Amino acid sequence: MENFSQPQHTNRQYEEELRGLRAGLLKMGGLAERQIAEAIDSLVNRNTGQARETIARDVEVNRMDTEMDERCIRLLALHQPAASDLRFITTGLKITTDLERIGDNAVNICERAVELNQEPQLKPYIDIPRMAEIAQSMVKDSLDAFMRDDTTLAEEVIDRDDEVDQLNYQIYRELLSYMAEDPQTIPRATRILFVSKYLERIADHATNIAEMVVYMVKGRTIRHMEKKKV
Amino acid sequence: MADKVTVRHLRAFFGKNEALHDVNLNFAENRVTAIIGPSGCGKSTLVRCINRMHEVVPGATCTGEVVLDGEDIYAPAVDPVQVRRRIGMVFQKPTPFPTMSIEDNVAAGLKLNGISLPRADRDRLVEQSLKRSALWEEVKDRLGRPGASLSGGQQQRLCVARALAVEPEVLLMDEPCSALDPISTARIEELLLELKESYTIIIVTHNMQQAARCSDFTAFMYAGDLIEFGETKQIFTNPTKRETEDYITGRFG
Repeated sequence: MENFSQPQHTNRQYEEELRGLRAGLLKMGGLAERQIAEAIDSLVNRNTGQARETIARDVEVNRMDTEMDERCIRLLALHQPAASDLRFITTGLKITTDLERIGDNAVNICERAVELNQEPQLKPYIDIPRMAEIAQSMVKDSLDAFMRDDTTLAEEVIDRDDEVDQLNYQIYRELLSYMAEDPQTIPRATRILFVSKYLERIADHATNIAEMVVYMVKGRTIRHMEKKKV
Repeated sequence: MADKVTVRHLRAFFGKNEALHDVNLNFAENRVTAIIGPSGCGKSTLVRCINRMHEVVPGATCTGEVVLDGEDIYAPAVDPVQVRRRIGMVFQKPTPFPTMSIEDNVAAGLKLNGISLPRADRDRLVEQSLKRSALWEEVKDRLGRPGASLSGGQQQRLCVARALAVEPEVLLMDEPCSALDPISTARIEELLLELKESYTIIIVTHNMQQAARCSDFTAFMYAGDLIEFGETKQIFTNPTKRETEDYITGRFG
């Protein structure tokens, strides 16, 4: 079912349930992407109202997490899936957890934005939006890779994680210099530092999803391996 | 891990109809190998060639080799009865001799092989076989009752005991649980894990979860061909052949 050249299952209900799981995961992924975009927007444009709306919307991400889990568990219990179906469903179980955590990270960004918006802006945001853009593209591409069984795209996502780590370090060094120069900036600088860390975590979750896609398609585990060996 | 049975270039026929096409397969000693595949794919024919039961069917023949411990069981000097003693078989439906007592059922194979034992030895063998088939505790107080007085699951374990009494080395099981309820099935599956310590087991099953649960290796057959053979965990999580994938995920036909 993951690649559409495969014939359908003899059991139509099973086929339908697998399709339903796939559609649900993509919808949940879309929601997680939106949460990241709006979180960053509310920080960069100092929009506290939008930050609060984004925080409120997290219940929807959580609800979908529970729903996807239940679908996966039901499929495992009722259909005893094997081979590519089994890998698809177990990947689904893991992806839903990563997406839920991405949602949590978006909430955390919003919380810091609400706090930061109450004070004068420390500095123009340059690297944070860049980092957010990459993290967001990683989430999007990891889900596209999942949708299309595309391990090449999944591997690109994994490679892109280095750029995010690099930016995270760059932001850390820059903010460190602000704090060293003027201790008054410490409360704001640490909050921005947190935002950078949340984005770095989001990229890690996208990397997890991409690694699971490789497992799902090839049946080969690449997690916890040195990059060069991958 | 040594191979107990090696099948080489095996082709089986019913008259002119070729049921197995050049099957090559090794069965590891003290392991459970499951043979799966849709009805009519040749699973049963394959196991019946392994203990020379195939040729019993009128018009049925086969070519190629089945090697047991390095010796071809189809070599001219080999006595098929002797082969069947070393390679025992349990069938789909429990087949106890209905009017024969439980203990006589267990000892029936001895008589057929022309072996007569002193009473004490015979009793010991009956007890040992029933213990190995995990039936002893349930029947030890009624060994004189007829085989047909047992439940289906007990009857199947009685058949296992009967197969074990002649001290085979290989045990072939052709859908041994298809007529049993889930609890009796679980007993037989549990039994397989114990028996493989002492025997090499080959089990034909339609129940893929059963193959997944209790075998070490799985062979997938389709239309008389061996399509894929591998470790069970690999076959069920990441098969290499498209036909295997389609069959075990339920995309067949």
